[in-house]
Amino acid sequence: MTERLTIVVVEEDAERALRIVDGLREAGGHEILVISEPAGLARRIAERSPDIVLIDAGNPSRDVLEELALASGPMERPVAMFVDRSDEALTRAAIEAGVSAYVVDGLRADRIKPILDAAVARFHLFQRMRAELAATRAALEERKVIDRAKAILMKARGIGEEEAYALLRKTAMDQGRRMADIAQQLVMAAGLLT
Amino acid sequence: MKLHPLRLGYVPLTDAAPLIVAQELGFAAEEGLDLDLVRLGSWAQSRDYLAAGAVDAAHMLLPMPIAQRLGLGPAMPDLDLVMILSQGGQAIAVSVALAEAMRAGGHGFDFSDARAAGASLRMAARRLRVGVPFAFSTHAELVWHWLLASGFAVDEVEVRTVPPPRMAEALAAGEVDAACVGEPWASVAVETGAGVLLLPGRAIWASAPEKGLVLRHDFAEAQAEVTGRLMRAVWRAGRWLDEPGNRGTAAELLARPACLDLTSELTERGLSGRFVISPAGELREAPGFIRFHAGAATFPWRSIAALFAGRMARRFGLDLDSAMRRATACFRTDLYRLHLRAAGADLPGASAKIEGAMQHAHAVASESGRMILHPDAFFDGHIFDPASLPR
Repeated sequence: MTERLTIVVVEEDAERALRIVDGLREAGGHEILVISEPAGLARRIAERSPDIVLIDAGNPSRDVLEELALASGPMERPVAMFVDRSDEALTRAAIEAGVSAYVVDGLRADRIKPILDAAVARFHLFQRMRAELAATRAALEERKVIDRAKAILMKARGIGEEEAYALLRKTAMDQGRRMADIAQQLVMAAGLLT
Repeated sequence: MKLHPLRLGYVPLTDAAPLIVAQELGFAAEEGLDLDLVRLGSWAQSRDYLAAGAVDAAHMLLPMPIAQRLGLGPAMPDLDLVMILSQGGQAIAVSVALAEAMRAGGHGFDFSDARAAGASLRMAARRLRVGVPFAFSTHAELVWHWLLASGFAVDEVEVRTVPPPRMAEALAAGEVDAACVGEPWASVAVETGAGVLLLPGRAIWASAPEKGLVLRHDFAEAQAEVTGRLMRAVWRAGRWLDEPGNRGTAAELLARPACLDLTSELTERGLSGRFVISPAGELREAPGFIRFHAGAATFPWRSIAALFAGRMARRFGLDLDSAMRRATACFRTDLYRLHLRAAGADLPGASAKIEGAMQHAHAVASESGRMILHPDAFFDGHIFDPASLPR
């Protein structure tokens, strides 16, 4: 039987952390700990002396881990960068998914790979969810602006809703611009005039 | 004309301005480039994305490509610094408790005198924990230089990494006693009542170079033409930024949600050099707090690479000569000359100089005759002579 590894996941969002932990559980019977508090991160990690640390590539706290990797002597379970490793496909997959990993020097590649594969899969999922959420939000925002522009036109010109919509659409087409942009300008101009 | 797309990584800070201005005000388009500005959360991410080709060029702390050449980072392709993006832009803040102790000792918080500030700090604190954004940063070098010259011993100072957006919180929570951080994060510490501004970085080193435009060595060689276009666009953006009338517009550009997502009142402080230094609202002026162009600010002097490499080599116990030699190779004065001559940049006759020798602006030989360099003195008169550099 192989020795259990200790994996630390640095993640502030509780639900995200839970999903990552679930994903990692499937990759084997390792001990998985979550650190959700960025204050005193270096100390918290050192106390747990993990074999692997997983963190979102864009998390500002990553730079604290960099210092930890630099400061650790050979006897203190050094935390080393995973891009050191030669597995280029895995490196690329990790970068695309937005996950970064720090692993103890000397840990065998075949022990790391299943864990990183699981992490990459989970992070990919989050990235997709994040992109979808942003797109939904933007669409909602645009609809609100178009509705307001319509209302302004209806009031100012005494026209109906459909006519106001057609006017917005025609103006956008004539100018080769998006309807939301025209609506935004109208709302802003109306705001200045009243 | 179809624009050539280029992906540029930046970390949301005031000194990312040249990249943002290059795209937003059309300097990139003039060179036939369309910059996709990728906002990054950490310096490690900037380095890794650049090495993996996820971005083509990056806004990076000037000592980072040097650290890579010295073998202090992860194994990855070599990185080159093709031009400096900014000088200054950092500020030192102390916690409210430490500021009170310094005031009790008679310090006036003039936000300019590094010697007086250092002496007062030494009186108020026997030990000091100082937050900096990254282990390899101008901030770390400024802090070490200033504190050791102010009477602190190496083992009385702990310099630790705190991500800039967390700096105010770390000061407030007592995790650190002081911080050296780039704007707007020092002003954020004042706004949130967490700290008092003590010094601009330039009070310690008048020409403190801060960020660089960094590319992969193989990219800068293989795609020389595109590299040149990018350098010219960014150089013209820096020139625009150093025209006094443009700083307000720049503050507006940077404040937008897609960039820093802060009020323009806050982003303007670093750009205008007009600071609110304490939660009580005291005002101080720091003329030339950050520079993007004037005085050959963007020229990647090889002596600067050697200076940083020497300091890092001593701290990490590396061979000094070899460290300086490897570091100077990644500061591409050759590409700077090649690509920016066409844009009209005046080019100094030499590629290295004695660092710290100029108390005042100084004329030196250049390709067009004479050019004016700005003061580069250290507060304590320290001088770095790169005479031992390989030429």
